[in-house]
Amino acid sequence: MSELLLSELAVQPVAALLLIPGVSAILLAVLPGYRLTARLNVLSTLLTFLASLSLLVARPEVGGYLFVDDLNVVFVVLGTFVGFTTSAFSASYIAHELEIGRLTTANLRFYHAMYQALMFAMNLALLANNIGLMWVAVELATLTTVLMVGIYRTHEALEAAWKYFILGSVGIALALFGTILVYMAARPVIGEGHDAMVWTELIDKARDFNPELLNVAFVFLMLGYGTKVGLAPLHAWLPDAHAEGPTPISAVLSGLLLNVALYAVLRFKMLLAANPDAISPGPLMVVLGLVSLIFAAFMLYRRRDIKRMFAYSSIEHMGLITFAFGMGGPLANFAGLLHMTMHSLTKSAIFFAVGHVAQVKGTQKLSEIRGLTESHPVLGWGLVTGVVAIAGLPPLGIFMSEFLIVSSTFAREPLLAVLLVFGLLVAFGALILRMSDIAFGKPTGSMAAVESSYVPLFAHLALVLAAGIYLPGPLVAWFQNVARLLG
Amino acid sequence: MQPLALDVAHMLAGGLVLVSFMLLYQDRMFGLLNIFALHAVVLSLSIAWQAYVQNAPHLFIPGAIALILKGIIIPVALHRVVVKLGIHREIETVGGIGPTMLAGIGLVALSMVVMLRATAAADPLARQDLAFALSVILLGLLMMVTRRNAVSQVVGFLSIENGLILAATGAKGMPLVVEISVAFSVIVAFIVIGVFLFRIRERFDTVDLQALDEFRGERQ
Repeated sequence: MSELLLSELAVQPVAALLLIPGVSAILLAVLPGYRLTARLNVLSTLLTFLASLSLLVARPEVGGYLFVDDLNVVFVVLGTFVGFTTSAFSASYIAHELEIGRLTTANLRFYHAMYQALMFAMNLALLANNIGLMWVAVELATLTTVLMVGIYRTHEALEAAWKYFILGSVGIALALFGTILVYMAARPVIGEGHDAMVWTELIDKARDFNPELLNVAFVFLMLGYGTKVGLAPLHAWLPDAHAEGPTPISAVLSGLLLNVALYAVLRFKMLLAANPDAISPGPLMVVLGLVSLIFAAFMLYRRRDIKRMFAYSSIEHMGLITFAFGMGGPLANFAGLLHMTMHSLTKSAIFFAVGHVAQVKGTQKLSEIRGLTESHPVLGWGLVTGVVAIAGLPPLGIFMSEFLIVSSTFAREPLLAVLLVFGLLVAFGALILRMSDIAFGKPTGSMAAVESSYVPLFAHLALVLAAGIYLPGPLVAWFQNVARLLG
Repeated sequence: MQPLALDVAHMLAGGLVLVSFMLLYQDRMFGLLNIFALHAVVLSLSIAWQAYVQNAPHLFIPGAIALILKGIIIPVALHRVVVKLGIHREIETVGGIGPTMLAGIGLVALSMVVMLRATAAADPLARQDLAFALSVILLGLLMMVTRRNAVSQVVGFLSIENGLILAATGAKGMPLVVEISVAFSVIVAFIVIGVFLFRIRERFDTVDLQALDEFRGERQ
């Protein structure tokens, strides 16, 4: 078995995607000096991103443990890109945290090692061709982020990490039970042993599986991985984990980890869709997505903490994406994919901006941040652009994907579309209200200049703006192809 | 499948559900840890029987892990944590024992109805094992919901893991990779929880989650 694994690791780009972060995690754990390790962290994520780009041109063969297809390439490229820009943001962010004594150099060594371990787990989960291996990787990703959320060791950070850990573990336990049930359903058709957990085998032969067993399995998988997506009512860990951990971690949680869990849900949705007698997985996803969207939209009004507010906005958008994929069909799937990409880029950009704000003002309380566009024009307008984008205003990318989701829903289920628009408007109101509070008016707090680099923030915003104005043809064709695959 | 093999497997898996119920009504910390050790021992017996019946010697590995790690090491370690933190008095529960037990019975009935119907085509050994495993998982969830104290929540979580291993070993021929990963994740999970417990102790002088709630970021 280990020989098989090794021979598969010889496939170059896929191996690079796992080996670079894996080796870096070990290196960063032992190397001293935070300046060196922060740079190495950036270098390693850049190499990982380049390796993921190579998957676009050369597609390795399907293996027993790892594989690359049109669907997971999207997630890998997006995830490694956000991972790379966040590591660049993190390098300047943590230097400040070290200065003000919130973190020690020993903490940082651990932090960088965990960051790379997270990249490793993410890539493994996305590339796994075995549903058991995928589960292990998602669990590993959860554990690494739990440790990073708790890194400040304050009351709030510990509570957030504990809550995340407990809820995440329960979710992951339900997902494992679902995974076992899928194996049970596959065993009579494929036979005992390894093959009955291999994704490509499962999807080939799903037509003959016992549909009732698959139905029960999907409920567990949806609830289990749905907890990690942050869908209501299992979302309780998400705001705390975003608010109390270091800001780069909030950015990777929203920009990348939620997507990994969503990817797992989509895989199993495809499996159910391939079986004619199983329930249609769409309605369950539509309901969970819509509930999350509307619930989070109302919760946005009551926030007093800036990171917590944007965490609720992530729940809202993950709900919207789940809704789109639940609706299914080429157009809604295309819109869902586009929205997921836009949300990852925008939300991580917002967290970069929020990180700068929190550092320069020394607080995360919304009531203590005022007049940002006056005291810090570049940062203030950057944050305004981000919020305008996430609220779904044109000409930014999210407007286009939200418009596609809403219009395709109107054509098929007008009643659902009304609810959807209602939720979006409620969220829109809350975001614009809070944004005008913090961005305009008489400035409060420190007026000191921001020392860290704005490059990651504006790189993301530029991409979102560019996508809103013009989507390149090859990208559209690529996403359309994946949307067809999703059924 | 010989009837004897089926009966013994049935008895052991059913025994695990019974011990899960015993976990539910413990109101002393040490009692809880002792019953958890019993839970792990019953699980290891069940795995060993599966290994023998299925003629799958590799299943003895998760069985041994259940016995040594969960039956001995974890209870002893948690025992020491409890002594060190001085929280060996009564366990605070949400709601009374009676309603909790009734809810537990309801959950077991639910899992029987769901699993037996869904697995009508599967072989009988797997069917009952899955139904029992789901019962253990749901009872573990119930325990986590009804306990306010961090150590008993950890025990609830570990009993969920026991239910998962029961399901995984009952699924005939399930690849080894999953079993080891499950066992491994338990170790990792425990280390993480242990770290947390000690940190919480260090910072709060209590591991009562109710007390943790006081420090929430939004209640200023």
